[in-house]
Amino acid sequence: MQRIGVFVCHCGSNIAATVDVKKVVEMAMCEPGVVHAEDYPYMCSEAGQAKIQAAIKEKNLGGVVVCSCSPRMHENTFRKAAEKAGLNPYMVEIANIREHCSWIHKNMEEATEKAVILMKAAVAKVNLNTPLQAGESRVTKRALVIGGGIAGIQTALDIAEAGYPVDIVEKTPSIGGRMSQLDKTFPTLDCSACILTPKMVEANAHPNINIYTYSEVEKVSGFVGDFTVDIRKKARSVDMSKCTGCGVCQEKCPNKKTPNEFNRGLNNRSAIYTPFAQAIPNVPVIDREHCTKFLTGKCGICAKVCQAGAVDYEQQDEIITEKYGAIVVATGFNMINLDKYDEYAYSQSKDVITSLELERIMNAAGPTKGHLERLSDGKAPKEMVFIQCVGSRCADKRGKSYCSKICCMYTAKHAMLIRDKYPDVNVTVFYIDVRTPGKNFDEFYRRAVEEYGVNYIKGQVGKVIPQPDGKLLVQGSDLLSNKQILKEADMVVLAAAIEPEPGVRNIATMLTASIDTNDFLTEAHAKLRPVESPTAGIFLSGVCQGPKDIPETVSQAGAAAVKAIGLLAKDKLTTNPCTAKADELMCNGCSQCANVCPYGAISYETKLINDHGVREDRRVAVVNSALCQGCGACTVTCPSGAMDLQGFSNRQILAEVDAICR
Amino acid sequence: MSINNNSEFKPKIVAFCCNWCSYAGADLAGSSRLTYPADVKIIRVPCSCRVNPMFILRAFEKGADGVILCGCHPGDCHYTSGNFYARRRMTLLFSMLDYIGVENGRTRVEWVSAAEGVKFSATMNSFVEKIYSLGKNVRLEDLRCKN
Repeated sequence: MQRIGVFVCHCGSNIAATVDVKKVVEMAMCEPGVVHAEDYPYMCSEAGQAKIQAAIKEKNLGGVVVCSCSPRMHENTFRKAAEKAGLNPYMVEIANIREHCSWIHKNMEEATEKAVILMKAAVAKVNLNTPLQAGESRVTKRALVIGGGIAGIQTALDIAEAGYPVDIVEKTPSIGGRMSQLDKTFPTLDCSACILTPKMVEANAHPNINIYTYSEVEKVSGFVGDFTVDIRKKARSVDMSKCTGCGVCQEKCPNKKTPNEFNRGLNNRSAIYTPFAQAIPNVPVIDREHCTKFLTGKCGICAKVCQAGAVDYEQQDEIITEKYGAIVVATGFNMINLDKYDEYAYSQSKDVITSLELERIMNAAGPTKGHLERLSDGKAPKEMVFIQCVGSRCADKRGKSYCSKICCMYTAKHAMLIRDKYPDVNVTVFYIDVRTPGKNFDEFYRRAVEEYGVNYIKGQVGKVIPQPDGKLLVQGSDLLSNKQILKEADMVVLAAAIEPEPGVRNIATMLTASIDTNDFLTEAHAKLRPVESPTAGIFLSGVCQGPKDIPETVSQAGAAAVKAIGLLAKDKLTTNPCTAKADELMCNGCSQCANVCPYGAISYETKLINDHGVREDRRVAVVNSALCQGCGACTVTCPSGAMDLQGFSNRQILAEVDAICR
Repeated sequence: MSINNNSEFKPKIVAFCCNWCSYAGADLAGSSRLTYPADVKIIRVPCSCRVNPMFILRAFEKGADGVILCGCHPGDCHYTSGNFYARRRMTLLFSMLDYIGVENGRTRVEWVSAAEGVKFSATMNSFVEKIYSLGKNVRLEDLRCKN
């Protein structure tokens, strides 16, 4: 039996208002093993911790129960306090009487009764606790950044500047991401390429940064500080070391009928291509699904015209295995598919476009060389209608429940740019709300309305009907004057919702990182740990965590980098000692535990076992505590009951069950 | 909660919650002040796959009226696959509990993520309501399984 101390926290009035803390203290003293019990307004405060430490020393405590907030909040605080007083930190248990009791119950009698039971369960558990020693694991001083958009580039640059090597894995042929597709950026209207491309060049030239483009993460194993990652470098069909980036192959390629992804399919590209002129690396890729040579075997022009002899049709995918200490996810976003929003006639008319398509049209390197024109007939539009919140803030299942956050601002930008360049074009914006928080954002929106005369109408558009003369009839409502509106437009621009890049769920699964129902990666704490995943060693950068604009993305990218640097700066990490352990006397070496172990932490050894005087060689399970993450799958699978989990042992959990059901 | 408290029946309900999703979901229910009956007592386990059928049998043996196991959503397990093991084991266990006198409604497996405080509270409310409707777990006592 341990000598146990029970410490009941008032948490100001958070606990004390609904739980009779004195009663909990009184009841604690009746529990077997409890030699000390007291309450204090704030146990987590320095004075509260000092009380615990004093009691440990004076009463020679072997176990501590703190009845307070969730262990997810302060378990570490109290463990550290106990350790300073000379107690093994794993002899501390928390009874969660705030989140699981005082905050959800209103009746004092009921809440007190429950708090007492939770205290008893924790006392019963701590009675069976054994001192555990945290191990150490090495930190591989190298970071992986998944995604080469502005978020990934910024994170990689910041980590590299701190002196640690970084690899960027980008699935498309060039880094740059969504930002490279944008024309101008709000609220300053500087050109996107002018601020992005120098960063791309810097990342490419940085001695600490290694970029794998046209590559994807295929497999991740290991844990914080020691991840092993397989990266599939897809066959580019062009030798990167030989290619000079002259571009002749792209010019001469006879197959120019592939939709150009970079221009959102608004024009076509050749089968051998670089996504855009400033691509990094400036080495083309052969799109094997569309290349005549790969489809029919007859062509090979690019190989003939390449003076450097870089084209290599035989190139194979390559798997690179590398070790990393930290992984940053920066997978970014895409626009939602508009198939379910056919009332806006997106599939029926070429002149109904998304905002990202408009970015390409407005861009000097885009399909129309920067001239605003209708894609159906090439005529200059006179009336333009913008529809906000297409798929964002959507109550039904068709769209997304969240606000995409960037659309209000980029629509104000588009409207302003159009009115500035083409003053004769009328611009109307249908909106639900205009949301412009951010530095100089509301001023920007007001300039669009006041200086550039953009017509903002509060109301939604019900339907867009293509007319026989090529115009588009927009049916909407004006909520402020309560009128139905019919408006003829030459072009309609849809602010489609943004969604996380489709592959992110797969990546999250490989990383065992949490992901929410919208496929945004979950942060460890919504307010206090916004750039860390709950999975140790995984950090979040950019839109993969939630919608955000460029300034926010860049600041988050920097924050993620700092967190990763903080990890890489350590030489060793302490490991979780709550790992599985096999009882060699009971183990019969059946291998079932190894089959369910997700970490490959269990192996078998033949050992000389002394079983009550009988000495024999037996095959027994051995857990590698550096690999074991402590899930406990093996403990339940083991048919002989040899496997147990330290810190959550069978006897400990059963003691808790008994205390609750007593 | 609008559960009829006229009767003297105070059920004992054990909720096993995995540390990463459901326990955090319960914390979120707490910090959002989403109430559920005090009959529910939570035991923290690292993963739903840590819950040995033995724990559930022991709870009923010691007089529990209901046992619920909460884990991460399928595919979201912190340990990649633990909740799949839990699901299979519990399906098998629950199918046999009736033989020892524990009705099907007294056990449940639910997936609650760390972001689903509302779901945690709603799940507990509905489970407690179900236990109230089933009443005290007397069948097991009748079978003299309780010591």
